[in-house]
Order: sequence, then structure tokens, then C-alpha cells
Amino acid sequence: MIWLTWRQFRAQAAAVYGLLAVLAAILVIAGRPLSGVVRLTPADSRLYYAGIVVTYLLPAVIGVFWGAPLVTRELEAGTHRLVWNQSVTRARWMATKLALTGLAAVAAAGLLSLVVTWWAGPVDAASQPSTVPVGADIGTDVPDAESFAARISPLLFGVRGITPVGYAAFAFVLGVTAGILLRRTVSAMAVTLAVFAAVQIAVPFAVRPYVIPAAQQTVTITSANISKLGVNSSGEVEELAVAGPRGAWVLGNETVDATGRVVTAPSWVAACLLPPMPSEPQGRASPSGPVAEADQECLTKLADLGYRQRVTYQPADRFWALQGTETAIFLALSALLAWLCLRWIRNRVS
Amino acid sequence: MIEFHLDGRSGVSPYLQLVQQVRHALRLGLLREGDRLPTVKDVVTQLAINPNTVLKAYRELEHAGLVAARPGVGTFVTRTLTDATLAAHGPLRQDLRRWLDRARRAGLDDESIEALFMTTFRTTAREDIA
Amino acid sequence: MTAVLRARQLGKKYRRGWALTGCALDIPAGHVTGLVGPNGAGKSTLLNLAAGMLAPTTGTIEVCGGMPGSGPAQLAKVGFVAQDTPTYAGLTVADHLRLGARLNPNWDDALAHRRIERLGLDPGQRAGKLSGGQRAQLALTLGIAKRPELLILDEPVAALDPLARREFLQDLMEAVAEHGLSVVLSSHLVADLERVCDHLVVLVAAQVQLAGEVEDLLAAHHRLSGPRRDPATLPADQQVISASHTDRQTTLVVRTEAPILDPAWTVSTVGLEDLVLAYMSRPAEAGPGRRPTLEVLR
Repeated sequence: MIWLTWRQFRAQAAAVYGLLAVLAAILVIAGRPLSGVVRLTPADSRLYYAGIVVTYLLPAVIGVFWGAPLVTRELEAGTHRLVWNQSVTRARWMATKLALTGLAAVAAAGLLSLVVTWWAGPVDAASQPSTVPVGADIGTDVPDAESFAARISPLLFGVRGITPVGYAAFAFVLGVTAGILLRRTVSAMAVTLAVFAAVQIAVPFAVRPYVIPAAQQTVTITSANISKLGVNSSGEVEELAVAGPRGAWVLGNETVDATGRVVTAPSWVAACLLPPMPSEPQGRASPSGPVAEADQECLTKLADLGYRQRVTYQPADRFWALQGTETAIFLALSALLAWLCLRWIRNRVS
Repeated sequence: MIEFHLDGRSGVSPYLQLVQQVRHALRLGLLREGDRLPTVKDVVTQLAINPNTVLKAYRELEHAGLVAARPGVGTFVTRTLTDATLAAHGPLRQDLRRWLDRARRAGLDDESIEALFMTTFRTTAREDIA
Repeated sequence: MTAVLRARQLGKKYRRGWALTGCALDIPAGHVTGLVGPNGAGKSTLLNLAAGMLAPTTGTIEVCGGMPGSGPAQLAKVGFVAQDTPTYAGLTVADHLRLGARLNPNWDDALAHRRIERLGLDPGQRAGKLSGGQRAQLALTLGIAKRPELLILDEPVAALDPLARREFLQDLMEAVAEHGLSVVLSSHLVADLERVCDHLVVLVAAQVQLAGEVEDLLAAHHRLSGPRRDPATLPADQQVISASHTDRQTTLVVRTEAPILDPAWTVSTVGLEDLVLAYMSRPAEAGPGRRPTLEVLR
């Protein structure tokens, strides 16, 4: 059974592993960006983003091209009637195919993530807080600095560490399940892709933030940590944010008053921090130019009145705990789907 | 060695056809004592026929005392049918020829001759049974 | 006599209706059984039930003493060559033999290779490039070399030309002669089965109409022709299978174990094909309570 599975799978395996080998070779030959990097060369920048895109795509490709056709290909060609009448039970046939191809999927994603994570290590290490303090990095002060996402941020979390392994396993079994239920390769591929994409989008926003209760920190707003100030046309503050801790994934950034209620900052803050500029009535993301003494006074007054900023976040050091939990969730889902596949193959499909 | 053939349209069951062909060959002296019949597998392969059919035919021949199976060697002819009646064949054929000539002279065509022969043959056969 | 296939009250319902109902069958071991009936009569359903590809809706089916498809030991006992003889298009002939060798404990590798060689199949050829007849032969090779107790073939010769058909049946019969396996094969053409089958099952409209040994069935059926008369006036032990009338003559196919003594009839034998056709064209008269299976008394 192992031989047959391998014989049927080797061309698909060669295609994916071949591409992975090419990508790994490119990354290794190009070499890692220097540590302490502040700005990527255009070539490194392309590799950096290519790594992200490919690592996100691989599980989808595995689900669509390895998972979905695994059973439907047999059903469409009628060969299930050949292979299910050898002296091997359907359950064992399915289990062998799931295990072997699943293992190949997991290994491919693991290797890819390993190479990409290794290559991007210096860039991730140079990541700054996701929101940048006023005056530190803004505008003309440090013109060469580039802001990189933290590895715990939604963009990178899914393409670093071990989560790609969980995604690949899940996408693969999802493809097989869709194939068994729909019995048509093309529709199974489409459904796999749609469901997997939906899960990829939903998990960072609906699941991951709540896996471990988020940390909270209430800080005084200072000219050193304020990172964003949005004012609408009538002069009221719409948005005020401070920088979160280094490498953290900031989930909430709210202004609270002395009683702890969530409020918007009083509108005089806007007036004193942002002198009226007729050419830009819509407000600006952050004040530019050197921080004036007046700004600091303004913020001191705000603090004296009891206004604070409450930051909700997942700290950087929870990266591995979150990775482990999310991977475990996806592996458990994969195991559940695999079990359903085995049941269906044994009892329903013919 | 005898080579069997089957006529799918004759209405005679395949096993009977095999039996008749052996008897026929024995009668005409094509098979003699000691000759070996084709193995069941050979007949099966040649005719694409059920082996049970061949076995049944051979069993029937064995039962009639015409052949004997020697396990592991084959089935052999033990008796011929070219018995005393063979000597009578010649004169009978002469008579039949003369009768056919008479029938043709009387204006019967081949079909009528055959019908006349078969009905008479059947009637006498039935009278013999009854 | 041990039954290689035993069905009781077997039924299978699809969404569009019953494909098989109230099927009671005993197919004895050591026979080549022909399963005939018009297209859509439920032949494939019955064979797929026997191979364990389908699960019955009602009743039971037992094949070689076990439940179809119930485990590796059961699967090893039953070979199934499905309709259209599926093979892996991307795999070579040699790959298929390897597949058989790896997946079957009783695999006869020498037999398989001998057959492939005799058939003139190139082991390196991909199955997708084989002709229909060659593919059927490859599938049959897998079925025979598995060395099952029962080999089930679903319309194996339907897509073959006459020569390939003859070769296929020759090889099948050779395997039967050599290994003593039981065979059940279906066809909608009686002519295909006439030579090779010694047991017959006629399936019409999801029900078994006739089952028994070919010789017994032929001996029990007669064609009667004579002056016109109502078939209802026949003796009770003569069951009318088909009747046709002209203004002066009546022709009947009847089933009876007793000799026919009425001198008004001209009695003649019925060929297998005519016999099957008589049952196939019989109006559906199987009402509730009537047992559709007619076993031959022995």
C-alpha cells in the first residue's frame, strides 16, 4: 500500500519539493540580510515578501493539488473499484494515503517555514514596535529606517515558526474531505481553496487574540510614546494611539478617563497638538516636525486631568506559546477531519 | 487426436455435442483404442467453454465405457464403436443411394426428401419407444 | 453443496428507487454463473453488493461464508473486475502487477507474468495507452492472479470486439479449469454466456426471475406449438412463461418437471437464448406475496 501511494504521489511530490528546493537555494545563495538592518536592499525586500507569499500559498497549494484529488481522482477514473478489491481494506487504504501524503505535506511546510524563518531572522529581530513613537522615527529624523512587522503580528505569525505545519496538515485533510463529500475534483478544489482562505483570514482576528488572554497596560500619554492622532473636520479627536511594547501585537489602543471609562480625548488636545492648517482640514496621522514645548505641556495637562491610554496586546514573548497552541488546534482539526474521512470511506462512498 | 468444435445454433447442448463428436469419431475410426482425448484444459482453452461441460461429457463417455480417465495422465479411449455394424454400412448405403435416386426420379427436391426422411425417422423412432 | 453466494431478502435502494428487491439466491461453489438481464435490471447492483462495494438496504448477503468487504481475509477470497475494467492510466502494466503483488497475500506472480507475456502486453506500457481488450485482459489478470475463491466480473466483455471477447472468455475458462475458482459474470447478451456458464440467474426489473443450473433449466422448459387454444386450459403443473398466437396456432414456452402428454402439441426444446428472452419479455406480474424466485427442483 505504501508503494502504491508513493507510486501515485511521486510526480506531485516532485513538483512541490522541486519548487521548494529552488526557493531554498535562492535564499541560501542570496544570503541573510545583515543583522541590525534598518533598510532592505530592493533584492532582499523582494525575497522577504516572496517568502511571506510562498509560505502562505504552500498550504493552499497542498490542499488543492494534493488533498482534493487524492480520492476524487480515483472516483472519477473508477480505479477505486480496482484498488478497493485488492486484499486491503478501504480504511487501511485511506489511512495509508492520508498518513503518507499528510506527512509529506507537513514536512514540506515545515522545511519551507524553517528556511524562510531563518532567512528573515535578522529582519524580524530588527522589528520595531508596530506603532512608532512620535519624533523617534517619523518624517525627516531617521530617513533610512524602515518599519518591519513583528513576527507575532498577524502578517508574519502564519509564516514563521511552526504554524505553517499546522496549516499544511489542515489544508491537506480539508482537501481530502471536500473530495470525499463532493466526489468531483474541480469543485473539491474550489471549495478547499475558499474554505481554507476563509479560515486563514478568520483565525488571526477571531481566534488567535483570545487563545491566551491579552495583556493590558495603562500608560500616560507622552510626547515620547504618542504614535497617532487623528482629528476630524470639526476639530474633534477621532483617533489617538500610543506605541505598544517592543515586538508586541497591539490589539487595542483606547483612551480612558480618570474613572477608567473609555472616552475620546477632549478636542482641545487636537487644537494644541495640531495648530490649525487650512490646507489639510481632515487631520493628519501624526504631527510632523520637532516636538514643541507646547505639545509636552498639552500632554501634561491631559495626564493631570486623569486621561491615560490603555493598550491591549499580546507580548512578544508569547510568540511560541501562541504558535504551539495554534498549531495544536489545526493538527487536532486535521485529525478530526481525517477520522471523518476514514468513516465516510468505509461506510458511504462506493 | 480429436479436435472439438461447437455449433452455437444447433440447439444441442455443448456437452452433448462433445459426446456426439467423440462417438462419431469412434464410429468412423478416427479415434482408436489407446488414443488420448484432449485434456479438459486444452478443450476449455480452445473452445472458451466451461470446464464443467467438458468434465460432464468425459464422465458420460466414461460411464458408457468408451473412455477411461487415468489420473495425472489423461483420458484414453478404451473401446471403439467400429464394431460389427461397420460391415453392414456398405450395403445399407447402397440401398439408401438407390432410394434417393428413386425419390429424385419421382420429382422430389432435396428439401422434400429431407422432410420425408426426417418425419419417417421420427415416427418410427417414436413407435419404437412406445 | 456449499454456496459461494447466498442472499436473503436482499434489496438495495438508491435515491431514484429500488435497484434490487427481495432477492433470494444460492449460487453453488465451483460453477460459472451467468447473470443476465436487460440493462438497468440490477445486475451491477447485485455484483457490487457481492463485492462489498455497496451495502445492502435490506436483507443479507454472504459471499464465501463472510460479509462482503468485511476485512482483508474476506477481500482476499473475492476478486472483482468492475464494469469498464478500470485500470490506472498513469501506471504501467508492470506497475499493475506490482500493485497486485503488494496488496494481495495469495498473489501468484508467476501466473501473472506468464499471462502478460502470452497476451503480448509490453510491461513498460502505460495502462492508459492499452486498447479496451488489453485493458480488460490486464484487469482479468489482476483478478485471476489474486487467486480468489470467487471471481466476480461485471459486464467484462461488453466493450470488446468478438475476437477479444473470445480470447477473454478462453482465458477465464482456462483459469477456472486450472484453479477451480467459482465465477459469477454478468452480461446483457446471452450468447456471450451460453458456452461458459453452467449456472444461470435471470434478473429482470430488480427481481430474480429464474435461477438454476443451465442443464436443469433447459430440461424443464419446452416449446409447445399446436392449434390455437387458451393457455389457461393447460394442466396446473405447466407454467406458461410466454405465449403467442396467430388466428390458428398457439406457441407456448412452458415450464414443467413432468412429461407433456397432450398429443395436440408439437413439443420441442428451447435454447438458452430463447429461454432467457421468454423470461425477459414476460410482463411484470410479480404482485405482493408472490415469490419471484423459481428454484429448479432436483
